[in-house]
Amino acid sequence: MTAIPDTPAGAFRLPRLGRFRGLFNAVLGIALLMGLWWLGGRAVANDPDMFAFSDFAPGPTLAALWDILSTGEVLSMSGPSLYRVGSGLAIAAALGVPLGIAVGRTTWLREITNVPFQFLRMISPLSWMPIAVMVYDTWDGAIVFLIAVAAVWPILFSTASGVRRIDPSWLKVARNLGANPFHMLFVVILPAIAVDVLTGIRLALGVAWVVLVPAEYLGVTSGLGYAINDARDILDYSRLAAVVVVIGVIGFLLDWLCMLAINKFNWVRETAH
Amino acid sequence: MIVTRLNETGADQVAAASAESTVKPIRGAHVAIRALSHTYRRSDGPVLRDMDFEIHQGEVVALLGRSGCGKSTLLHMMAGLTHPSEGEVVINGRGVRAPSPRWVMMFQAPSLYPWMTVAQNAALGLRFSRKTNEIATRVPEVLDLVDLAAFAERNAQDLSGGQQQRVALARSLATRPEMLLLDEPFSALDAFTRRSLQQDVREIARRLGLTMVLVTHDVSEAVLMADRVLVLDANPGRVAHDVTITLKEDARRAGSDAFQEEQARLMQLYTDVAHGDATTPLG
Ligand SMILES: Nc1ncnc2c1ncn2[C@@H]1O[C@H](COP(=O)(O)OP(=O)(O)OP(=O)(O)O)[C@@H](O)[C@H]1O
Ligand SMILES: [Mg+2]
Repeated sequence: MTAIPDTPAGAFRLPRLGRFRGLFNAVLGIALLMGLWWLGGRAVANDPDMFAFSDFAPGPTLAALWDILSTGEVLSMSGPSLYRVGSGLAIAAALGVPLGIAVGRTTWLREITNVPFQFLRMISPLSWMPIAVMVYDTWDGAIVFLIAVAAVWPILFSTASGVRRIDPSWLKVARNLGANPFHMLFVVILPAIAVDVLTGIRLALGVAWVVLVPAEYLGVTSGLGYAINDARDILDYSRLAAVVVVIGVIGFLLDWLCMLAINKFNWVRETAH
Repeated sequence: MIVTRLNETGADQVAAASAESTVKPIRGAHVAIRALSHTYRRSDGPVLRDMDFEIHQGEVVALLGRSGCGKSTLLHMMAGLTHPSEGEVVINGRGVRAPSPRWVMMFQAPSLYPWMTVAQNAALGLRFSRKTNEIATRVPEVLDLVDLAAFAERNAQDLSGGQQQRVALARSLATRPEMLLLDEPFSALDAFTRRSLQQDVREIARRLGLTMVLVTHDVSEAVLMADRVLVLDANPGRVAHDVTITLKEDARRAGSDAFQEEQARLMQLYTDVAHGDATTPLG
């Protein structure tokens, strides 16, 4: 007979941390990522074939990052990029939200546009590059166009699906209470789909931020993509890696802002009925 | 347990609250249905045929009929949400063309807007009819009338089904309508909440002098709430019986003898009509 242990063996448990658990796990995750990065840096440094790239390791990168941050260079680097992404997203939202509402509300419009939209959506935004460069006088214009092309689809589709899920009785009740089309839009439809629109914008932001860097490899002489290309040309790999970190951090922060907005506008509660 | 429920939804409380409230009586609407027939585009025959009846000011009328006989169709026409293919609905001497805050419909589901508070929901009719300056006085008044003053700033989703239906009632009353059109508004509620709401709504309508039209297929609901019951035939919908309910207010309880008698009488008429439909389905 074996003695029955007090605690079940086998399951691995992190220590109980109460309300700090979330924070602790987040820090743990970051530490794991840094550890992997550091290990990778060690491996590269010890490999004679890849020795030249040892500046990608955390040490040199963080030093270069400090450099970029302390000189304020990070602002002049990311400013133009943020401006391009912001303009592209604004255009995408200005087109995508009204179109999404129209498509969501009108069956025939949805049927007509379905195939063309799905077709256009699947074309990599970067494949518009040559056309964009020809059409727009400035590189900036071309990049904003590419970002808008990439960002419009998630916003449009998410808005349309939100509109289709609107409870028809909300519209009937509003009509019954004397709502005009303006009221319908601003008092009923937009609040009802706010979360869908913001979710679309969040997805669009992710796509836009990904498209931005390769788009900035070409032509322009400002922005994060350009900074990467520039660092590569002068073989300053620690600086290159630092820009990569900046891109990741800004992307993360933008996504987090979207999450905050979504939580603020989310009206769905847990209900018992 | 039972005591707390009684306190929560008890009819006496609401009656007391509305007695104290300062809501002014309204002149109820007068309705005339004139030679009204309706055929839906995709239906084979007429859904309603040659309906002709009147509803007097301040009267509570129940439309009683089997599922599918056209009760909702008729009510939507009174609300101006649908147009009859022939004939017309005349309210206070004028043909109904469009929805109006003067006659408000209440549906089976409360359909509150979940991103708004109870008070914001109740204020919608006033907001839509550009009477925002009345919101501050009217909304507390109507919430008081349905005994939900304490819930004004709660999110609409945090209320029980019965409370939500009360908010919907408050929302309908906020614009001081002359007529309420109720399409089975209590059918989703439990028996106890339903009974107390039935009594409250009749009480409120009478206190305000509102005309009220109530669609139901529940005989006891019709007897409990209505001054007059129109028993409808199906295929096509027609008024088969026009029954006046002669119960005194204090006899309008499910337990009273007079109520039982009235209910049995109406039940007999209703089943005769329903069976008549079954044997001659296309009338
Ligand atoms: N949009 C429509 N197109 C075609 N036929 C319809 C339409 N709406 C309702 N009908 C038909 O008209 C008839 C009456 O419908 P209505 O909804 O008025 O019935 P009801 O008496 O309210 O029934 P219930 O008690 O089930 O609510 C039904 O036979 C229904 O099938
Ligand atoms: Mg119905």
